[in-house]
Amino acid sequence: MDNNKTTTKIQELTYELKIDDVMCKNIETVSSKMPISQLRDVLYKKRISGVPVVNDDKLVGIVSIEDFIKCMEQEEMDALVEDKMTKNIKTLYADEPLVHAVKKFEKYGFGRFPVLSRKDKKLVGIITKSDIIKGILKKLESVYHDEEERRYRASHIFNDIVADEVFLKFQYFVEGKNFDKAGEASTGLKKTLYRLGLSPDIIRRAAISTYEAEINIVAYTDGGEIIAYIDPHQIKIIIIDKGPGIPDVEKALQPGFSTAPGWVRELGFGAGMGLPNIKKFTDKMTLRSTVEKGTHLEIIIKLSDYRNED
Amino acid sequence: MNLKDIVKMLDLKVVSGDIDREVSAGYSSDLLSDVIANAQKDNIWITLQIHVNIVAVANLQELAGIILVNGRQPEQITLKKAEQENIPILLTELPTFEIVGKLYEMGIHGNSIN
Repeated sequence: MDNNKTTTKIQELTYELKIDDVMCKNIETVSSKMPISQLRDVLYKKRISGVPVVNDDKLVGIVSIEDFIKCMEQEEMDALVEDKMTKNIKTLYADEPLVHAVKKFEKYGFGRFPVLSRKDKKLVGIITKSDIIKGILKKLESVYHDEEERRYRASHIFNDIVADEVFLKFQYFVEGKNFDKAGEASTGLKKTLYRLGLSPDIIRRAAISTYEAEINIVAYTDGGEIIAYIDPHQIKIIIIDKGPGIPDVEKALQPGFSTAPGWVRELGFGAGMGLPNIKKFTDKMTLRSTVEKGTHLEIIIKLSDYRNED
Repeated sequence: MNLKDIVKMLDLKVVSGDIDREVSAGYSSDLLSDVIANAQKDNIWITLQIHVNIVAVANLQELAGIILVNGRQPEQITLKKAEQENIPILLTELPTFEIVGKLYEMGIHGNSIN
Protein backbone atom coordinates (compact mmCIF):
# COMPACT_ATOMS: atom_id res chain seq x y z
CA MET A 1 0.00 0.00 0.00
CA ASP A 2 1.40 3.39 -0.79
CA ASN A 3 1.48 6.10 1.82
CA ASN A 4 -0.94 8.49 0.17
CA LYS A 5 -3.65 5.90 0.12
CA THR A 6 -3.17 4.98 3.75
CA THR A 7 -3.45 8.58 4.81
CA THR A 8 -6.58 9.05 2.78
CA LYS A 9 -8.21 5.94 4.19
CA ILE A 10 -7.49 7.01 7.75
CA GLN A 11 -8.75 10.50 7.05
CA GLU A 12 -11.83 8.96 5.53
CA LEU A 13 -12.33 6.87 8.65
CA THR A 14 -12.10 9.89 10.92
CA TYR A 15 -15.09 11.27 9.06
CA GLU A 16 -16.91 7.98 8.90
CA LEU A 17 -16.51 7.00 12.55
CA LYS A 18 -18.48 8.81 15.21
CA ILE A 19 -17.04 9.70 18.59
CA ASP A 20 -19.64 7.35 20.03
CA ASP A 21 -17.98 4.46 18.13
CA VAL A 22 -14.60 4.79 19.80
CA MET A 23 -15.10 6.52 23.15
CA CYS A 24 -14.93 4.77 26.49
CA LYS A 25 -18.48 4.37 27.80
CA ASN A 26 -17.79 2.63 31.06
CA ILE A 27 -16.69 5.75 32.86
CA GLU A 28 -15.73 6.60 36.37
CA THR A 29 -16.87 9.95 37.78
CA VAL A 30 -16.28 11.77 41.05
CA SER A 31 -18.34 14.35 42.95
CA SER A 32 -17.05 17.90 43.36
CA LYS A 33 -17.27 17.60 47.14
CA MET A 34 -14.82 14.70 47.29
CA PRO A 35 -11.50 15.51 48.98
CA ILE A 36 -8.51 15.49 46.67
CA SER A 37 -6.84 12.91 48.91
CA GLN A 38 -9.32 10.28 47.71
CA LEU A 39 -8.56 10.96 44.07
CA ARG A 40 -5.49 8.76 44.05
CA ASP A 41 -7.54 5.63 44.77
CA VAL A 42 -10.01 6.38 41.98
CA LEU A 43 -7.29 7.01 39.43
CA TYR A 44 -5.20 4.10 40.61
CA LYS A 45 -8.08 1.64 40.66
CA LYS A 46 -9.11 2.39 37.09
CA ARG A 47 -5.57 3.12 35.87
CA ILE A 48 -6.68 6.43 34.41
CA SER A 49 -5.03 9.84 34.51
CA GLY A 50 -8.11 12.02 34.77
CA VAL A 51 -11.76 11.80 35.71
CA PRO A 52 -14.86 13.91 35.02
CA VAL A 53 -16.54 15.63 37.94
CA VAL A 54 -20.31 15.22 37.98
CA ASN A 55 -22.96 16.68 40.30
CA ASP A 56 -26.57 15.54 39.86
CA ASP A 57 -25.88 14.13 36.40
CA LYS A 58 -24.36 17.41 35.31
CA LEU A 59 -20.75 17.65 34.22
CA VAL A 60 -19.10 20.44 36.20
CA GLY A 61 -15.40 19.88 35.62
CA ILE A 62 -12.54 17.51 35.13
CA VAL A 63 -9.77 16.64 37.55
CA SER A 64 -6.51 14.95 36.61
CA ILE A 65 -3.44 13.37 38.08
CA GLU A 66 -1.58 16.67 37.51
CA ASP A 67 -4.05 18.40 39.85
CA PHE A 68 -3.40 15.67 42.40
CA ILE A 69 0.38 16.04 42.13
CA LYS A 70 0.15 19.83 42.51
CA CYS A 71 -1.87 19.41 45.69
CA MET A 72 0.70 16.99 47.01
CA GLU A 73 3.53 19.41 46.30
CA GLN A 74 1.68 22.24 48.00
CA GLU A 75 0.43 20.00 50.79
CA GLU A 76 -3.21 20.77 50.10
CA MET A 77 -4.52 17.25 50.33
CA ASP A 78 -7.58 18.40 52.30
CA ALA A 79 -8.82 20.56 49.44
CA LEU A 80 -11.99 19.50 47.68
CA VAL A 81 -12.08 18.41 44.06
CA GLU A 82 -14.17 21.50 43.17
CA ASP A 83 -11.34 23.80 44.28
CA LYS A 84 -8.72 22.15 42.13
CA MET A 85 -10.57 20.86 39.11
CA THR A 86 -10.59 22.48 35.69
CA LYS A 87 -13.99 24.13 35.38
CA ASN A 88 -13.90 25.65 31.96
CA ILE A 89 -13.91 22.38 30.09
CA LYS A 90 -14.13 21.64 26.42
CA THR A 91 -16.48 18.83 25.51
CA LEU A 92 -17.55 16.89 22.46
CA TYR A 93 -20.89 15.41 21.44
CA ALA A 94 -21.21 11.68 20.92
CA ASP A 95 -22.68 12.11 17.44
CA GLU A 96 -19.83 14.24 16.10
CA PRO A 97 -17.44 12.68 13.59
CA LEU A 98 -14.12 11.54 14.98
CA VAL A 99 -12.31 14.21 13.02
CA HIS A 100 -13.77 16.84 15.38
CA ALA A 101 -12.08 15.10 18.29
CA VAL A 102 -8.78 14.90 16.40
CA LYS A 103 -8.96 18.64 15.72
CA LYS A 104 -9.79 19.48 19.34
CA PHE A 105 -6.86 17.39 20.60
CA GLU A 106 -4.58 19.28 18.23
CA LYS A 107 -6.01 22.64 19.22
CA TYR A 108 -6.02 22.32 23.02
CA GLY A 109 -3.41 19.67 23.71
CA PHE A 110 -5.57 18.11 26.43
CA GLY A 111 -5.29 14.44 27.30
CA ARG A 112 -9.02 13.73 27.24
CA PHE A 113 -12.42 15.21 26.45
CA PRO A 114 -15.68 14.39 28.19
CA VAL A 115 -18.36 13.37 25.68
CA LEU A 116 -21.96 14.55 26.07
CA SER A 117 -25.16 13.37 24.46
CA ARG A 118 -26.53 16.17 22.30
CA LYS A 119 -30.08 15.59 23.46
CA ASP A 120 -29.83 16.01 27.20
CA LYS A 121 -26.22 17.20 27.59
CA LYS A 122 -25.52 14.33 29.94
CA LEU A 123 -22.07 12.79 30.22
CA VAL A 124 -22.02 9.58 28.19
CA GLY A 125 -18.33 8.88 27.76
CA ILE A 126 -14.79 10.08 27.64
CA ILE A 127 -12.38 10.07 24.75
CA THR A 128 -8.57 9.98 24.78
CA LYS A 129 -6.07 9.92 21.94
CA SER A 130 -5.51 6.24 22.50
CA ASP A 131 -9.27 5.62 22.09
CA ILE A 132 -9.02 7.31 18.69
CA ILE A 133 -6.07 5.20 17.63
CA LYS A 134 -7.67 1.99 18.87
CA GLY A 135 -10.96 2.86 17.15
CA ILE A 136 -9.27 3.55 13.83
CA LEU A 137 -7.16 0.41 14.01
CA LYS A 138 -10.19 -1.67 14.81
CA LYS A 139 -12.11 -0.21 11.87
CA LEU A 140 -9.11 -0.61 9.55
CA GLU A 141 -8.88 -4.22 10.57
CA SER A 142 -12.52 -4.85 9.72
CA VAL A 143 -12.19 -2.99 6.39
CA TYR A 144 -9.10 -5.04 5.60
CA HIS A 145 -10.85 -8.22 6.61
CA ASP A 146 -13.79 -7.52 4.28
CA GLU A 147 -11.44 -6.65 1.46
CA GLU A 148 -9.40 -9.77 2.01
CA GLU A 149 -12.49 -11.90 2.11
CA ARG A 150 -13.74 -10.36 -1.13
CA ARG A 151 -10.41 -10.92 -2.85
CA TYR A 152 -10.14 -14.50 -1.80
CA ARG A 153 -13.75 -15.40 -2.15
CA ALA A 154 -13.44 -16.57 -5.68
CA SER A 155 -11.71 -14.11 -7.91
CA HIS A 156 -8.86 -16.56 -8.23
CA ILE A 157 -11.10 -19.50 -8.72
CA PHE A 158 -10.23 -19.86 -12.38
CA ASN A 159 -6.54 -19.82 -11.59
CA ASP A 160 -6.96 -22.42 -8.90
CA ILE A 161 -8.90 -24.92 -10.95
CA VAL A 162 -6.83 -27.29 -13.05
CA ALA A 163 -8.67 -28.19 -16.22
CA ASP A 164 -8.42 -27.54 -19.92
CA GLU A 165 -11.67 -25.63 -19.91
CA VAL A 166 -13.60 -24.21 -16.97
CA PHE A 167 -16.98 -22.65 -16.79
CA LEU A 168 -19.38 -21.99 -13.98
CA LYS A 169 -23.08 -22.38 -14.51
CA PHE A 170 -25.80 -20.60 -12.55
CA GLN A 171 -29.42 -21.30 -13.27
CA TYR A 172 -32.48 -19.32 -12.22
CA PHE A 173 -36.17 -20.07 -12.72
CA VAL A 174 -38.51 -17.18 -13.43
CA GLU A 175 -42.23 -17.19 -12.72
CA GLY A 176 -44.50 -15.67 -15.36
CA LYS A 177 -46.93 -12.82 -14.57
CA ASN A 178 -45.62 -12.40 -11.03
CA PHE A 179 -44.13 -8.94 -10.73
CA ASP A 180 -43.66 -9.29 -7.01
CA LYS A 181 -40.87 -11.74 -7.69
CA ALA A 182 -39.54 -10.06 -10.81
CA GLY A 183 -35.91 -9.13 -10.33
CA GLU A 184 -35.02 -11.97 -7.99
CA ALA A 185 -33.05 -13.88 -10.61
CA SER A 186 -31.02 -10.88 -11.72
CA THR A 187 -30.44 -9.75 -8.15
CA GLY A 188 -29.25 -13.25 -7.33
CA LEU A 189 -26.93 -13.29 -10.31
CA LYS A 190 -25.59 -9.88 -9.36
CA LYS A 191 -24.72 -11.04 -5.85
CA THR A 192 -23.10 -14.16 -7.22
CA LEU A 193 -20.96 -12.25 -9.70
CA TYR A 194 -19.92 -9.88 -6.94
CA ARG A 195 -18.73 -12.83 -4.87
CA LEU A 196 -16.78 -14.04 -7.86
CA GLY A 197 -14.85 -10.80 -7.68
CA LEU A 198 -15.76 -9.48 -11.13
CA SER A 199 -15.39 -5.78 -11.78
CA PRO A 200 -18.35 -3.58 -10.76
CA ASP A 201 -18.93 -2.38 -14.32
CA ILE A 202 -19.18 -5.92 -15.69
CA ILE A 203 -21.50 -6.90 -12.85
CA ARG A 204 -23.76 -3.92 -13.46
CA ARG A 205 -24.01 -4.62 -17.19
CA ALA A 206 -24.75 -8.29 -16.62
CA ALA A 207 -27.31 -7.57 -13.91
CA ILE A 208 -29.12 -4.87 -15.87
CA SER A 209 -29.43 -6.89 -19.05
CA THR A 210 -30.53 -9.96 -17.10
CA TYR A 211 -33.10 -7.84 -15.30
CA GLU A 212 -34.61 -6.57 -18.55
CA ALA A 213 -34.78 -10.12 -19.90
CA GLU A 214 -36.29 -11.33 -16.66
CA ILE A 215 -38.97 -8.62 -16.86
CA ASN A 216 -39.80 -9.79 -20.37
CA ILE A 217 -40.33 -13.33 -19.13
CA VAL A 218 -42.56 -12.06 -16.32
CA ALA A 219 -44.56 -9.65 -18.47
CA TYR A 220 -45.12 -11.73 -21.58
CA THR A 221 -44.77 -15.43 -20.80
CA ASP A 222 -45.87 -18.10 -18.38
CA GLY A 223 -42.34 -18.51 -17.12
CA GLY A 224 -38.88 -19.43 -18.18
CA GLU A 225 -35.33 -19.74 -17.05
CA ILE A 226 -32.08 -17.86 -17.04
CA ILE A 227 -28.77 -19.68 -17.29
CA ALA A 228 -25.48 -17.88 -16.87
CA TYR A 229 -22.21 -19.47 -17.95
CA ILE A 230 -19.06 -17.84 -16.76
CA ASP A 231 -15.63 -18.71 -18.03
CA PRO A 232 -12.36 -16.80 -17.75
CA HIS A 233 -13.16 -14.77 -20.86
CA GLN A 234 -16.86 -14.02 -20.86
CA ILE A 235 -20.26 -14.22 -19.25
CA LYS A 236 -22.84 -15.87 -21.46
CA ILE A 237 -26.43 -15.58 -20.34
CA ILE A 238 -29.19 -17.57 -21.98
CA ILE A 239 -32.79 -16.62 -21.36
CA ILE A 240 -35.40 -19.12 -22.49
CA ASP A 241 -39.18 -19.16 -22.26
CA LYS A 242 -41.92 -21.37 -23.60
CA GLY A 243 -43.92 -18.83 -25.52
CA PRO A 244 -45.89 -17.13 -26.89
CA GLY A 245 -42.90 -16.04 -29.02
CA ILE A 246 -42.23 -12.79 -30.86
CA PRO A 247 -43.90 -12.50 -34.30
CA ASP A 248 -41.57 -9.78 -35.59
CA VAL A 249 -38.14 -9.89 -33.98
CA GLU A 250 -36.87 -6.98 -36.07
CA LYS A 251 -39.65 -4.75 -34.83
CA ALA A 252 -39.26 -5.88 -31.23
CA LEU A 253 -35.71 -4.62 -31.27
CA GLN A 254 -36.77 -1.10 -32.27
CA PRO A 255 -36.60 1.35 -29.34
CA GLY A 256 -40.08 2.38 -28.28
CA PHE A 257 -41.90 -0.54 -29.87
CA SER A 258 -43.94 -2.41 -27.33
CA THR A 259 -46.83 -4.85 -27.19
CA ALA A 260 -47.14 -4.59 -23.43
CA PRO A 261 -50.68 -4.83 -22.03
CA GLY A 262 -52.05 -2.06 -19.83
CA TRP A 263 -51.33 -3.72 -16.50
CA VAL A 264 -47.65 -4.02 -17.39
CA ARG A 265 -47.47 -0.38 -18.47
CA GLU A 266 -49.08 0.75 -15.23
CA LEU A 267 -46.13 -0.71 -13.39
CA GLY A 268 -43.74 1.41 -15.39
CA PHE A 269 -42.63 -1.30 -17.80
CA GLY A 270 -43.48 -1.86 -21.42
CA ALA A 271 -41.86 1.30 -22.77
CA GLY A 272 -40.19 -0.59 -25.59
CA MET A 273 -36.80 -0.14 -24.04
CA GLY A 274 -36.09 -3.59 -22.68
CA LEU A 275 -34.40 -5.25 -25.64
CA PRO A 276 -32.64 -2.03 -26.74
CA ASN A 277 -31.29 -1.72 -23.19
CA ILE A 278 -29.99 -5.28 -23.30
CA LYS A 279 -28.28 -4.51 -26.57
CA LYS A 280 -26.78 -1.34 -25.12
CA PHE A 281 -25.28 -3.06 -22.09
CA THR A 282 -23.92 -6.23 -23.69
CA ASP A 283 -21.20 -7.07 -26.20
CA LYS A 284 -23.31 -9.46 -28.22
CA MET A 285 -26.98 -10.27 -28.30
CA THR A 286 -28.75 -12.94 -30.30
CA LEU A 287 -32.53 -13.21 -30.30
CA ARG A 288 -34.39 -16.13 -31.83
CA SER A 289 -38.10 -16.62 -31.50
CA THR A 290 -40.75 -18.93 -32.82
CA VAL A 291 -44.38 -17.97 -32.35
CA GLU A 292 -46.20 -20.31 -29.96
CA LYS A 293 -42.93 -22.14 -29.20
CA GLY A 294 -40.89 -19.59 -27.32
CA THR A 295 -38.00 -17.19 -27.31
CA HIS A 296 -34.29 -17.82 -26.92
CA LEU A 297 -32.14 -14.84 -26.05
CA GLU A 298 -28.41 -15.15 -25.74
CA ILE A 299 -26.22 -12.33 -24.49
CA ILE A 300 -22.49 -12.12 -24.02
CA ILE A 301 -20.45 -9.79 -21.88
CA LYS A 302 -16.72 -9.99 -22.36
CA LEU A 303 -14.41 -10.11 -19.37
CA SER A 304 -11.47 -8.48 -21.07
CA ASP A 305 -10.35 -6.94 -17.80
CA TYR A 306 -10.78 -10.07 -15.77
CA ARG A 307 -7.16 -11.11 -15.98
CA ASN A 308 -6.03 -7.71 -14.78
CA GLU A 309 -8.02 -7.99 -11.61
CA ASP A 310 -5.17 -9.02 -9.35
CA MET B 1 -24.24 16.22 -1.21
CA ASN B 2 -25.20 13.81 1.51
CA LEU B 3 -28.67 12.27 1.39
CA LYS B 4 -29.07 13.11 5.08
CA ASP B 5 -28.91 16.80 4.28
CA ILE B 6 -31.37 16.45 1.40
CA VAL B 7 -33.79 14.64 3.69
CA LYS B 8 -33.51 17.40 6.26
CA MET B 9 -33.80 20.32 3.84
CA LEU B 10 -36.73 18.89 1.88
CA ASP B 11 -38.41 17.50 4.97
CA LEU B 12 -38.66 14.01 3.46
CA LYS B 13 -40.05 11.11 5.42
CA VAL B 14 -37.58 8.23 5.54
CA VAL B 15 -39.30 4.86 5.47
CA SER B 16 -36.38 2.56 4.70
CA GLY B 17 -32.64 2.33 4.27
CA ASP B 18 -29.58 4.09 5.60
CA ILE B 19 -29.55 7.71 4.45
CA ASP B 20 -25.93 8.45 5.28
CA ARG B 21 -24.65 8.33 1.69
CA GLU B 22 -23.53 10.67 -1.06
CA VAL B 23 -25.82 11.72 -3.91
CA SER B 24 -24.09 12.34 -7.25
CA ALA B 25 -26.99 13.73 -9.29
CA GLY B 26 -30.70 13.23 -9.88
CA TYR B 27 -32.96 11.40 -12.31
CA SER B 28 -36.70 11.53 -12.64
CA SER B 29 -38.82 9.05 -14.57
CA ASP B 30 -41.70 6.67 -14.04
CA LEU B 31 -40.53 4.26 -16.70
CA LEU B 32 -38.31 1.66 -15.12
CA SER B 33 -36.44 0.77 -18.28
CA ASP B 34 -35.72 4.44 -18.85
CA VAL B 35 -34.22 4.66 -15.38
CA ILE B 36 -32.17 1.55 -16.07
CA ALA B 37 -30.89 3.04 -19.29
CA ASN B 38 -30.21 6.57 -18.11
CA ALA B 39 -29.82 6.86 -14.36
CA GLN B 40 -26.36 6.50 -12.92
CA LYS B 41 -24.76 5.19 -9.78
CA ASP B 42 -25.49 7.25 -6.66
CA ASN B 43 -28.31 9.19 -8.34
CA ILE B 44 -31.39 10.16 -6.38
CA TRP B 45 -34.45 8.91 -8.28
CA ILE B 46 -37.78 10.73 -8.22
CA THR B 47 -40.81 8.68 -9.22
CA LEU B 48 -44.45 7.96 -8.49
CA GLN B 49 -44.09 4.21 -8.95
CA ILE B 50 -44.50 2.40 -5.65
CA HIS B 51 -44.33 -1.28 -6.48
CA VAL B 52 -41.53 -3.59 -5.48
CA ASN B 53 -39.61 -3.38 -8.74
CA ILE B 54 -38.40 0.15 -7.97
CA VAL B 55 -36.18 -1.48 -5.37
CA ALA B 56 -34.75 -3.88 -7.93
CA VAL B 57 -34.01 -0.98 -10.29
CA ALA B 58 -32.39 1.09 -7.53
CA ASN B 59 -30.37 -1.92 -6.50
CA LEU B 60 -29.22 -2.66 -10.05
CA GLN B 61 -28.17 0.90 -10.71
CA GLU B 62 -26.84 1.37 -7.18
CA LEU B 63 -28.95 4.49 -6.77
CA ALA B 64 -28.58 6.60 -3.64
CA GLY B 65 -32.31 6.55 -2.92
CA ILE B 66 -35.85 6.85 -4.22
CA ILE B 67 -38.16 9.80 -3.58
CA LEU B 68 -41.85 8.91 -3.93
CA VAL B 69 -43.92 11.95 -4.83
CA ASN B 70 -47.53 13.13 -4.38
CA GLY B 71 -47.80 11.56 -0.94
CA ARG B 72 -47.75 8.08 -2.41
CA GLN B 73 -47.04 5.26 0.01
CA PRO B 74 -44.87 2.31 -1.01
CA GLU B 75 -46.48 -1.11 -1.07
CA GLN B 76 -45.74 -3.34 1.89
CA ILE B 77 -43.56 -5.70 -0.12
CA THR B 78 -41.66 -2.73 -1.57
CA LEU B 79 -40.79 -1.59 1.93
CA LYS B 80 -39.75 -5.04 3.01
CA LYS B 81 -37.47 -5.45 0.03
CA ALA B 82 -36.04 -1.95 0.41
CA GLU B 83 -35.18 -2.67 4.02
CA GLN B 84 -33.56 -5.96 2.97
CA GLU B 85 -31.47 -4.36 0.25
CA ASN B 86 -30.83 -1.18 2.26
CA ILE B 87 -32.34 1.16 -0.34
CA PRO B 88 -33.51 4.47 1.12
CA ILE B 89 -37.13 5.26 0.25
CA LEU B 90 -38.19 8.81 1.01
CA LEU B 91 -41.69 10.24 0.90
CA THR B 92 -42.93 13.72 0.03
CA GLU B 93 -46.34 15.30 -0.44
CA LEU B 94 -44.97 17.44 -3.27
CA PRO B 95 -45.39 16.57 -6.95
CA THR B 96 -42.37 15.65 -9.08
CA PHE B 97 -41.99 19.11 -10.63
CA GLU B 98 -41.74 20.83 -7.25
CA ILE B 99 -39.35 18.36 -5.67
CA VAL B 100 -37.05 18.32 -8.69
CA GLY B 101 -37.05 22.12 -8.68
CA LYS B 102 -36.06 22.20 -5.04
CA LEU B 103 -33.32 19.61 -5.57
CA TYR B 104 -31.98 21.64 -8.47
CA GLU B 105 -31.90 24.78 -6.34
CA MET B 106 -29.91 22.84 -3.74
CA GLY B 107 -27.32 21.96 -6.35
CA ILE B 108 -28.45 18.46 -7.30
CA HIS B 109 -28.39 18.48 -11.09
CA GLY B 110 -28.81 15.91 -13.85
CA ASN B 111 -26.03 13.57 -14.91
CA SER B 112 -25.14 15.61 -18.00
CA ILE B 113 -24.25 18.73 -16.00
CA ASN B 114 -21.80 17.21 -13.57
